[in-house]
Amino acid sequence: MADTKANSGKLLDIRNLRIEATVYPPGEAPKTITLVHDVSLTLEKGKVLGLIGESGAGKSTIGLSSMAYGRGGVRITGGEVILNGRDILKVGPKGVRALRGREVCYVAQSAAAAFNPAHKLIDQVVEAAMLHGTATRAEAEKRAVALFKKLSLPNPETIGERYPHQVSGGQLQRVMTAMALCSEPDLIVFDEPTTALDVTTQIDVLAAIKDAIRDTHVAALYITHDLAVVAQVSDEIMVLRHGRLVEWGGTRQIIKEPRQEYTNALVSVHEIEHKEQQPGTTPFLSVKNVTAAYGGGHVKVLKNVSVDIYPGQTLAVVGESGSGKSTLARAITGLLPPEEGTVTFDGRPLANRLADRPKEDLRQLQMIYQMADVAMNPRQTVGTIIGRPLEFYFGMKGRERDKRVAELLDEIEMGKGFVDRYPAELSGGQKQRVCIARSLAAKPKLIICDEVTSALDPLVAHGILKLLLNLQQHEKVAYLFITHDLATVKSIADSIAVMYRGEVVRYGSKSKVLTPPFDAYTDLLLSSVPEMEIGWLEKAIKGRRMESAGN
Amino acid sequence: MALRQIPVTAWIGLILTGAFAFCAIFAPWVAPHGNGEIVGDVWEPMSAAHWLGTDNLGRDLISRMIYGARITMEIAVAATALSFSLGSILGFTAAVFGGWFDTLLSRFVDLLMSIPTLIFGLVVLSVLPTNTLTLILVMGILDSTRVYRLSRAVAVDINVMDFVEAAKLRGEGKAWIIFREILPNALSPLVAELGVRFIFAVLFLSALSFLGLGVQPPDSDWGGMVKENKDGIVFGIPAALIPAAAIAVLAISVNLVADWVLNRTTSLKGGRG
Amino acid sequence: MSSPILRLVAQRILLGLVLLFAVSVLIFAGTQILPGDVAQAILGQSATPEALANLREQLGLNDPAWLRYMHWLWGILHGDFGTAQSSGLDIASSIGTRLKNTLFLAACAAIVAVPLAVVLGLIAVRYRNGFVDKLISGLALASTSFPEFFIGYVLIFVFAVHWQIFPSISTVDDSTPFLERLQAVVLPATALTLVVLAHMMRMTRAAILNVMQSAYIETAELKGLKPFDIIRKHAFPNAIAPVVNVVMLNLAYLIVGVVVVEVIFVYPGMGQYLVDHVAKRDVPVVQAVGLIFAAVYITLNIIADIAAIVANPRLRHPK
Repeated sequence: MADTKANSGKLLDIRNLRIEATVYPPGEAPKTITLVHDVSLTLEKGKVLGLIGESGAGKSTIGLSSMAYGRGGVRITGGEVILNGRDILKVGPKGVRALRGREVCYVAQSAAAAFNPAHKLIDQVVEAAMLHGTATRAEAEKRAVALFKKLSLPNPETIGERYPHQVSGGQLQRVMTAMALCSEPDLIVFDEPTTALDVTTQIDVLAAIKDAIRDTHVAALYITHDLAVVAQVSDEIMVLRHGRLVEWGGTRQIIKEPRQEYTNALVSVHEIEHKEQQPGTTPFLSVKNVTAAYGGGHVKVLKNVSVDIYPGQTLAVVGESGSGKSTLARAITGLLPPEEGTVTFDGRPLANRLADRPKEDLRQLQMIYQMADVAMNPRQTVGTIIGRPLEFYFGMKGRERDKRVAELLDEIEMGKGFVDRYPAELSGGQKQRVCIARSLAAKPKLIICDEVTSALDPLVAHGILKLLLNLQQHEKVAYLFITHDLATVKSIADSIAVMYRGEVVRYGSKSKVLTPPFDAYTDLLLSSVPEMEIGWLEKAIKGRRMESAGN
Repeated sequence: MALRQIPVTAWIGLILTGAFAFCAIFAPWVAPHGNGEIVGDVWEPMSAAHWLGTDNLGRDLISRMIYGARITMEIAVAATALSFSLGSILGFTAAVFGGWFDTLLSRFVDLLMSIPTLIFGLVVLSVLPTNTLTLILVMGILDSTRVYRLSRAVAVDINVMDFVEAAKLRGEGKAWIIFREILPNALSPLVAELGVRFIFAVLFLSALSFLGLGVQPPDSDWGGMVKENKDGIVFGIPAALIPAAAIAVLAISVNLVADWVLNRTTSLKGGRG
Repeated sequence: MSSPILRLVAQRILLGLVLLFAVSVLIFAGTQILPGDVAQAILGQSATPEALANLREQLGLNDPAWLRYMHWLWGILHGDFGTAQSSGLDIASSIGTRLKNTLFLAACAAIVAVPLAVVLGLIAVRYRNGFVDKLISGLALASTSFPEFFIGYVLIFVFAVHWQIFPSISTVDDSTPFLERLQAVVLPATALTLVVLAHMMRMTRAAILNVMQSAYIETAELKGLKPFDIIRKHAFPNAIAPVVNVVMLNLAYLIVGVVVVEVIFVYPGMGQYLVDHVAKRDVPVVQAVGLIFAAVYITLNIIADIAAIVANPRLRHPK
């Protein structure tokens, strides 16, 4: 392909791109909304441009426009997309098919869904190269095996013989990258390729992708919501919001000297000042040697776990998927009665089973969930949702209750006007705030926060964390904060427990846990969290002592 | 909920269903002639005196149709009410309590559903006395298996959602969980299913009566009227087609309403959409 | 490689046999243990006590129910369905020809309905949300609301009475030649086809649509494959199982539809045989025919499940 390209060095030139979609709100007339407002960008051969923004920023939509593709009824209604010197919006269906899979390839967020379950991986990897006649079957397979090797996949010679469900998520993501590279395209669109992975797996995939891009000289559009990730792979970064361009510049400039306020907010989002509190003399809640299992004792998910929580302080429990951190919450609340061990509260043991606990104990332990929209009954108003614990625990009624609900809404920085709203009428951040108010209404000593910010955009999550810290000061409530995100932990915790495969591998005050020397897993975990620094990835990979947990 | 937001198809369904219900309720006042009254010759064609002609015994067809609407809907409504209350109560209970109660009941329902409803209905009707009560019981109980499956599935889905867990953690009792947390969210699929079950009851009853095993003469529902007049077909007399078409129109109009209910309430906005 | 599949299939078949056994208990119980006296029901209210006692003796009604069930089941397992009370004829031999007739009718309907439904379903998916799709969906909604006899008598009225192309009564016997037999079942088979077509089409459409909305279809599209190749290479292998499932479930439904259609067209099959003997309260015949219908129904359901198991790549290629 290389010799047929235009001489300018410009591979992709998007001019005044406008993308629209028709939405069908129930019970209303369909209406057209604009997803992307006149965005322009250019990309040179062999360069990587990061597209970054929160949900609804239009970043995936713009990325896919480079393949003249609109997902799910999305239409490109204006502008030009000039690829290798011609406007691909004008080449017709046949011309579009000729460029897809040859000049531009795509790597999806969930490779597990993007591979056809009915075919072997190798057949899918070589399909595009053979279709476009850039290689014979034998050549393409040879190329694929070489790519598997480059992407450090295990058994590169035979992994292609497997079916998608026989390969782990991190490996599938790398196979998908190999599939994109196999037809030797000029441009690859990476659409959040590491977002669905655990943090220790993400770093491997990220490094593999970066090496592959460097060695094959392919250009890339790298789409993500994580600025620290994109800083590792991009030459330039484009910040988008609500389908509009906010800022576009070199990677160093964007992360070191952002010019726009919004970019600055994204860059500094992780920085919350939180002074660590020293543990008091007596914890009010102690988990002692708790072992718990699902399926009648067959699958042990918690092994001999002990942690303490002190009044008005935050214990953060950190771990990847399958570490048992959410199970710990279920054991404490009594939803999953422990097989062995005890949970003591105020010096007396708590009943193992939820059903055996008195109302007063239930009131003292409240919980907030990851998905705020399913944690509230969609058929109840905000007033009912917050008011019910007041009625239930304190017998408040009528005006007294309404007054307290209004106070609580005030505390979570939402106005009175929300009392009659239904959850579906709130934004993601507002929903989580209502859930916080509901748990505060019980005046508990402890609130268990299960990944409460992971489903939210960074800026919204930031606001929630700040709110939680403020509330802790006013209400003297303790948090058990469960998360996979170490950056969050640093902002909020007083003490930390690191969990791995059902066990607590490291536990202590925040400063102690985050100070070397580390055990192997904590080291891996800490070194895997992307930092907003150019060259971090190479340093991190070099310094690792342990294979990632996912492999 | 403004009236103009109701789509045309739903309007058609609502109006037709309403008209059928009106005829059924006020049959003696609406019908020009009595139910068994012989007013003319056998199979007279449509005329100003007899809008739909006369039937196989010379009775006024439109009057018979109106009384037939009454019998058809009476039995279908009763059977649907039975199947619905039985099926949904057992289904919800099974979902919330789980354990052996759920297992036992669900396996029994699987067993009942492994025999086609019409076949099992015929088997049972071969030994039971043929009267209205038997029909309602047989139809209601057999059909409650469908309602049981649906309401159990819906309730199981809702039961594992975080807001139900939140209620359990708060310490709410089973009654609050069933009636305040699960029921309001299960209502829209159940209401739509109510329509579907009613249609099924109408079709099932008509099939039984057509086979001569449902409503017994001299009373007659629409299915029975098809049977009475079917011999006229070969002579080119369409009398049997009229009650048959009435069944189809009733079923379609209820379907239209059910479709609309299902579409309208799938958006979870507490019904203020 | 194939051992988990074999195990699952064997499990499913075993489960089917258990189910069939349970169904036989249920059918027997449904006719025996219900309130009311079978002898009384047969002879009516005016029967003399002696006649009742005689009939009870003759039917073996004085034995305990489980013993009668064992006798009945033992007979069936040896191909002996007993004799009809109303006529004294051997049930097994009466069923023989009728079962053949019914299967012939159902097969004729299936041969037309299945390909038609699948093709219409594909067309609806291809022109999704377009006019054709809406038209097909609308017609489907309407026709699921039609009782079988409405369709049947409209067909008779138009084709047999008005145009006189086909007979209104489908008389066949053992000596009827194949072509005549085929002509006799045209109208009933058409009626049956129309009864199941809409439902089958709707379900096929949903099954294919479900596959077409998968992410791997988008992957194929972004590789530059032609729409037809996407369907052939990527959608089809994943759609077989759900479509086979749809077809089997609807064939099971067809088996029920056959009852009413046979009565409409006076076709000498199992359905009519069953209905006649329900009216005569001839319990042995009703039990036998009910059991056969249930067995066919359960078998089709098992085939549907097995198809789903065999077509699942996760089971065919275990980790």
